[in-house]
Amino acid sequence: MKLPIYMDYSATTPVDPRVATRMFAYLTADGDFGNPASRSHSFGWRAEEAVELARHQVADLIHADAKEIVWTSGATESNNLAIKGIAHFYRKQGRHIVTCKTEHKAVLDTCRYLERDGFEVTYLDPETDGLIDLDRLKNALKEDTILVSIMHVNNEIGVIQNIEAIGNLTRSRHIFLHVDAAQSIGKVPIDVERMNIDLLSMSAHKIYGPKGIGALYVRRKPRVRLEAQMHGGGHERGMRSGTLPTHQIVGMGESLRIAQLEMNEDNARILALRQKLWNGLNDMEQVFLNGHSTQRVAGNLNVSFAFVEGEALIMALKDLAISSGSACTSASLEPSYVLRALGREDELAHSSLRFTLGRFSTEEEVDYAVNRIRTQVERLRELSPLWDMYKDGIDLKSVQWVAH
Amino acid sequence: MAYSEKVLDHYEHPRNVGTFDIKDRQIGTGMVGAPACGDVMRLQIKVNEQGVIEDARFKTYGCGSAIASSSLLTEWVKGKTLDQALQIKNVEIAEELALPPVKIHCSVLAEDAIKAAIKDYASKQNT
Repeated sequence: MKLPIYMDYSATTPVDPRVATRMFAYLTADGDFGNPASRSHSFGWRAEEAVELARHQVADLIHADAKEIVWTSGATESNNLAIKGIAHFYRKQGRHIVTCKTEHKAVLDTCRYLERDGFEVTYLDPETDGLIDLDRLKNALKEDTILVSIMHVNNEIGVIQNIEAIGNLTRSRHIFLHVDAAQSIGKVPIDVERMNIDLLSMSAHKIYGPKGIGALYVRRKPRVRLEAQMHGGGHERGMRSGTLPTHQIVGMGESLRIAQLEMNEDNARILALRQKLWNGLNDMEQVFLNGHSTQRVAGNLNVSFAFVEGEALIMALKDLAISSGSACTSASLEPSYVLRALGREDELAHSSLRFTLGRFSTEEEVDYAVNRIRTQVERLRELSPLWDMYKDGIDLKSVQWVAH
Repeated sequence: MAYSEKVLDHYEHPRNVGTFDIKDRQIGTGMVGAPACGDVMRLQIKVNEQGVIEDARFKTYGCGSAIASSSLLTEWVKGKTLDQALQIKNVEIAEELALPPVKIHCSVLAEDAIKAAIKDYASKQNT
């Protein structure tokens, strides 16, 4: 077993060696390095062929047509293009957008930008398990709502939203639905037809493809129009100019082709590992799972260890690559906005760790992690005045704290 | 973020962890911070007849820098008179531990903790 152990697959994944091998054939003079936009020679034609094959591979996975796939630099760009693109194109039809407080910053910040540009945005509160209540969404819709933007799988707590139900609602109201699928593509089945999705943001590097490449699905029937955010040579049917990075695109296509073939097998194995990890921890005192317990992506476990501060715990677990909902690393002292939106007390948000397992995680790694976490949580609790108070039966909420 | 050697040392081998009897007249207890902010320090000092801090204990809920700041503080206050201990400044702690700007508040909290402990001790003597 190699240390440190990588348990941060929601941040990024290693490129699958099968993907890397394919990519390498599109880089050097011996390979197909041509510009896919070159129409006058075989270098360009061969690169274009590779790009179009990848486009089909992406489209197949989500039950779309290849013509509906626009290449971008990643999910952040896809989210920007979808939300700003719709808002700017349809602003005469309406100026209201609905999203959720637990969305990724790429969606929330884009919405904030649009608010400054004269749009009105409703930020829904999720339920305490992280899921969106459909009635609450329904009540938020207005006459002039043009777009609903909801993520499929949350990056911090891994909960899976019921996109099909949301899609039925938005379609019946003739409102566009954008779905940020950065964390779900290749891990959770997606069918843009059945789910009535109009725009879908994707990224390659969360699913064993390379960083720096993503795609946006843009529905053609009924047609969804966007105002381009990147102007230039008119690539990607005018929606996103810029020379296509053939090797990146080939990598994304291959990673999603593999994901489609191996999704069930991968998920079953990863889910068993996550359960092993959770079973190894959940008999400890004052340990809480964040987010819905079953409606969540296979690899995600987000846990709060009460009375222990998250960053200190990460420091103690230096041979585990994990992340924390604590914001002690930032100057703001604000813990995870996602956990706070679920109504988690600040102290539990500060005490949270996110473990995300993936294709290359092993049972041995999980066993090692369980052992280390238990030991270190106990050690830090021995150091914690809050643990003492809890043991003495003092209700921490009754204490007059001096906030600083 | 990289931690300094000294922070790591105090974090991995914290000095003077523990608890004194809070009711003892010789003991001053200072508890500062709040769980919602991500750090709470409890510092206790044991003061002798001559007004010298002869021992100290701490427990801290917080990041590595908060734990290191309080651990270091317990070492520094031992053997000091109350007046001398009141002179300890957060910048000295921050410098000694090479805390980055985002962690300066940890040293501020430590300074608050010793002041609170001394105040608590003083209030006990007046009763």
